[in-house]
Amino acid sequence: MAAEGTVSIRIPSDPKHLYLMRRLVQEVSLAHGFTEEEVRRMVLAMDEACTNVIRYAYGGDPGGTIDIEAHPIEDGLCFTVIDQGRKPDAATIAPRALDEVRPGGLGTHFIQMVMDEVRYDTSPERGTRLCLVKRRKPRDESQGKG
Amino acid sequence: MDIHVVMERTEEGHGVLEVRGEVDMHTSPRVREAQIRLLRSGAARIVIDLSGVAYMDSSGIATLIEGLQWARREGREFRLAGLTPTVRDVFELARLADVFEIFSTRDEALKDA
Repeated sequence: MAAEGTVSIRIPSDPKHLYLMRRLVQEVSLAHGFTEEEVRRMVLAMDEACTNVIRYAYGGDPGGTIDIEAHPIEDGLCFTVIDQGRKPDAATIAPRALDEVRPGGLGTHFIQMVMDEVRYDTSPERGTRLCLVKRRKPRDESQGKG
Repeated sequence: MDIHVVMERTEEGHGVLEVRGEVDMHTSPRVREAQIRLLRSGAARIVIDLSGVAYMDSSGIATLIEGLQWARREGREFRLAGLTPTVRDVFELARLADVFEIFSTRDEALKDA
């Protein structure tokens, strides 16, 4: 059973449905007191996480599923992204350096920059469970990590 | 979620690509396709008008980096205009705000520097 206050959505692993996930993340994050800038960045990080699932875990196959859950925690939100596809390798989840201007490889960098905790759990028999935690900043310290 | 891309040529021969909507993994291929057509059209200056873009992810950024690199190789100008706060924020996260020539409006971008 889901924890109290958990909101979830299941989307196919087809990029045309990503906007539905973004709407959920936006509304839940706003409702939990994050600033507009924080919410914009959380939406981006979650979008990149789901895009990586479509691209790497499912190899572009739109026939898989992605479960997205948002659980309230004491000082913020914990998002979970669950897939049934291939498990990630280290090269997929390592952010690239930004000193080279080239297309690609920015998604993982965005996730790491925006979220306070990023944990990949590959212990399920199939797929991966990615946990992303974002904590509310005390308002007078909100100039840091957005 | 749909996206609208409109290509124009100005009287001065500049190429303008106006993008409206949300640019993500689903829609960025359409932006890329239009951008390639515009780059191949021979315009000496390309302006990408992003004032109608409510959201952009790393696939949109990658598309614009591709355009910039192509334009540089071919000796063309590649300018961005009208970045919304959301899009500007993504550029800042990617530390790309200084890599592109960015103008507040399309008209500013079309003016000679």
